Amino acid sequence: MLDTHALVHDFLNKLKRRKIEGSKGTAKLTAELLRTVISQQRIPNTNQAGALVDAIKAIGEQLVAANPVELAVGNVVRRVLHIIREEDLSLMTSAIGGPSLSVISDDENDVDRDDYPVLSAAAVAASARNALRAPSLQTLLEDMSHSAAVHHSSSSVDDSEEKTKSTDKNSRSRKLKHNVIETVNELIQDIAACHEQIAEQAVEHIHHNEIILTLGSSRTVIEFLCAAKEKKRSFRVFVAEGAPRYEGHILAKELIGRGLQTTVITDSAVFAMISRVNMVIVGAHAVMANGGVIAPVGLNMVALAAQRHAVPFVVLAGIHKLCPLYPHKPEVLLNELRAPSELLDFGEFSNCMDSSTGTGFPLLHVANPAFDYVPPKLVSLFITDNGGHNPSYMYRLIADYYSADDLVLQRKPAS
Amino acid sequence: MVAKKGGSKAEDAVEDLARVPLQAILLADSFTTKFRPITLECPKALHEHKDRRRKDNNAVMTMVIKQSKPSQVTRQTRLGTDELIMAIDPGTKQLLYYEDKADDLKGTVTLDKAFLAENPSISLQNDKQDCYIDICTPEVLSLFTDNFDYQHLRRHFVKGLLLDDIMGYKIFTHEIHSSYAARIDNFRSYDSISKDIIQRWTYPLVPDVQFSINSAARLERHGIYRASDIAQSRSAQVGPFTYIGKGSTIGNNTVISNSVVGDGCKIGSNVSVDGCYIWHNVTIEDGCKLRHSILCDGVIMKSGAILEPGVVLSFKVVVGQEFVVPAYSKVSLLPQPVKQDSDEELEYADSNSGIISTTNTLENGDSTNDLSEIQYSASSDIGNGGRGFIWSISEIAREEDWRHSVAPIPAQKLIELTQAVYDDLEFPDQDDPLLPLADERESATESEDDTRDESQYFEREVEATFLRAVHENVKEDHIILEVNSLRLSHNMALENCASALFYSMMKLALDTPHHSATDLVKNTNDVISRWGKLLKPYLQGIDDEIEVILKFEEMCLESGKEYAPLFVQVLHLLYDKDIIQEEAILNWANEKEDADESDKVFVKQSEKFIQWLNEASEEED
Repeated sequence: MLDTHALVHDFLNKLKRRKIEGSKGTAKLTAELLRTVISQQRIPNTNQAGALVDAIKAIGEQLVAANPVELAVGNVVRRVLHIIREEDLSLMTSAIGGPSLSVISDDENDVDRDDYPVLSAAAVAASARNALRAPSLQTLLEDMSHSAAVHHSSSSVDDSEEKTKSTDKNSRSRKLKHNVIETVNELIQDIAACHEQIAEQAVEHIHHNEIILTLGSSRTVIEFLCAAKEKKRSFRVFVAEGAPRYEGHILAKELIGRGLQTTVITDSAVFAMISRVNMVIVGAHAVMANGGVIAPVGLNMVALAAQRHAVPFVVLAGIHKLCPLYPHKPEVLLNELRAPSELLDFGEFSNCMDSSTGTGFPLLHVANPAFDYVPPKLVSLFITDNGGHNPSYMYRLIADYYSADDLVLQRKPAS
Repeated sequence: MVAKKGGSKAEDAVEDLARVPLQAILLADSFTTKFRPITLECPKALHEHKDRRRKDNNAVMTMVIKQSKPSQVTRQTRLGTDELIMAIDPGTKQLLYYEDKADDLKGTVTLDKAFLAENPSISLQNDKQDCYIDICTPEVLSLFTDNFDYQHLRRHFVKGLLLDDIMGYKIFTHEIHSSYAARIDNFRSYDSISKDIIQRWTYPLVPDVQFSINSAARLERHGIYRASDIAQSRSAQVGPFTYIGKGSTIGNNTVISNSVVGDGCKIGSNVSVDGCYIWHNVTIEDGCKLRHSILCDGVIMKSGAILEPGVVLSFKVVVGQEFVVPAYSKVSLLPQPVKQDSDEELEYADSNSGIISTTNTLENGDSTNDLSEIQYSASSDIGNGGRGFIWSISEIAREEDWRHSVAPIPAQKLIELTQAVYDDLEFPDQDDPLLPLADERESATESEDDTRDESQYFEREVEATFLRAVHENVKEDHIILEVNSLRLSHNMALENCASALFYSMMKLALDTPHHSATDLVKNTNDVISRWGKLLKPYLQGIDDEIEVILKFEEMCLESGKEYAPLFVQVLHLLYDKDIIQEEAILNWANEKEDADESDKVFVKQSEKFIQWLNEASEEED
């Protein structure tokens, strides 16, 4: 337990200090951390899934608070919670016959218990109800409380009974844990492989002699363009440099290294160039439930330019960037104002930052937001791990990946 | 590893102030409150330091510096510190010279000639800001134990290390570019750095990132940070670049701008707060007006009280109803200590911090409670129902108040300051820009002083040698040899030897017991005839002989007043013994002709003798 605490603490600190950047890396690290937590977590005899969910939620809450702007953290936490619930459900449904069978076999030994059959009958009824109903969250929760009641009372009733039960439970809990870890591993692999998954679809979208425009740098975009290049598509790329971090320069270098014809332009030249462009392909920081995009700063302007000239605006996003939340005041609340030193040199401007002269506060303010919000109406297409989707389809994807119970990670205050 | 030694007590007091938790001032918070060290996120500097250390065992310290605008005014107005001049070797980044009191030099630096000769390339920089972050090796700690008189990390330790080349320790610098680092050592820098934090130069150490246990604030438009559970009246206005702490309440029509409000503060209605730092659990009642002040934890301001710019209220001070606290006042629950030992005062004047030195005044508000209960009743310093004492400040500090306060510098002072800087700037233009006059003059006087000391020492040595020779009856040759070696080791001219020897002889004659002037003349005669030969090898020319006469004259005026009436007789004696030729005497008389009357005493005394000499020479012709 101790070392998971240390791990969580370490990761929290890194998130707070903004040492980990980029949603993919963050997502992967979060998933790996949660996997360790699950494997280290001691599981009680009753309500195993519930205990796991609580443990993950507790850690998830801290992680999200550490860097609320990095939505990938919350996404992965919710995905893992969803996985736990799903695995528990599938175990439940597969074990419907189990309790009733054991009851029958045990009956021979404990005939003198009057109340027992009643209880076991209730248990059987509960599991039967489960089997009949379609798996939904409500039934899952209901079922959990029921089975808990069953286990609890039965264990208090009989010792020999308990023995068999507990071994049964142990194997079940181990199974649940095992299954969850298996699925989380799959999730980690999915996150790691999302670039290739997305890049595979490149040829379907990039055609011969097209001009593609992009802004800033994104690993997904590089892989996407290079995949198209490898498939013998010949096309040209305009790279807007993406001030103030100028990651576009890095992208241009990389593309030239792979033999792509590349033109670097300033961010302010995007509108002038857009009429010659066939398609805008960009990466994203996060995709919200309404289909809106949180993207590196400057992209809203590109999206508006693309809309003006009816150029398709395509967003590449791994499935871990899919956030089940709806944006509320995204320009402010889902944004991060970074250090002004990326824009200005403090040494040069230190005399402008003088608070002691005049009115008592510096007249120079520097705003350096990290992200833009691109509303869903400006996005033509999302390309994710499992194909292209319309912005309006995002909520459906989200329903597939997240359980509605986990949307709010904050636990209710103790009072 | 971090070698930080408490300076004077006054500095400690300032640090105590900065030590108190304040959410917005995250640096101060995580740095000082719980004494949790910040992990130094300067991996590059650390690597450089380790690399250097591996190569050179004497590289004991790496100092982190940052570029800032090379203007004297900015440095003074931003951080309240003096101008800093450093000499750095551009190749190795070794620190060669450090002067943080450069203000007094009026834009000039004194560099040793040898210093320039030893270092082939030096870059003198005045646009660097010392971040007071030093990466040190364990040797530094042992240096501190060895030299327990190091009071100031920079003034004593760094300068001492740079000047002292016996150990050969070296200090290197590392310049940071995009990162931010600064030190708070007075209220002025507290204000500047707090504003930098709110303006996010210290990202990611900003209030909306949850760092300590404190809940993070949310950043809204116009740089307003809001923590959770704030009760703000609809009619209240919270202006730009303001931080409001958790659980604070703000009443109707209250206006807050450019301020920091801590946790659990209660601010009433119709209050105006501008540029203030209000710490935790402060109560401000209706109608108060606060401008550019610092209010520590638990301060209560009764209704209608007014704080003028630059006020600092210490822990749990209560300001009475409608009381106006004058500008730049410092108010504490403890009475100002009456007696200050002189040492402390000196330190205080030296450190220039705007707080009176005292022992653990502000350390702990709680512990002072019982003690202070008795004294409150007596103090009405701070208005009706108020608690606290306004500390009066010494005259020197009074003038410096504006420099180190949180309040903006008055326009008039600013003009004076700028004017002063321009005056300074003009100064080097008039003189040689490379070697300012001031330092030449200084070095010249210094060398004069040096030689004077040297010759006195030499005279004493010669006298000791001579006396030993007299008592032990050493041969003349041997004495001459010894005096010669003394002369070489002290780098003296021949005439110095002559005058020194002569002085020794006369002293000997004087010290020999005598009853009357005639006895003294007789003694002198004996000594000169016995030892006169010694002077011969040193009296190579007229000038040397004149030197001897001058020496004798000096002696008559100072140490051997008994000789004064006998001046002519001794002179005659010297002439008779062929130690001094008549030409020398005549030249001496000629030289003295233009001198002051007081100088001519002996010339007049020997007037007849000189006249006789003149006649004699004429006769010879």
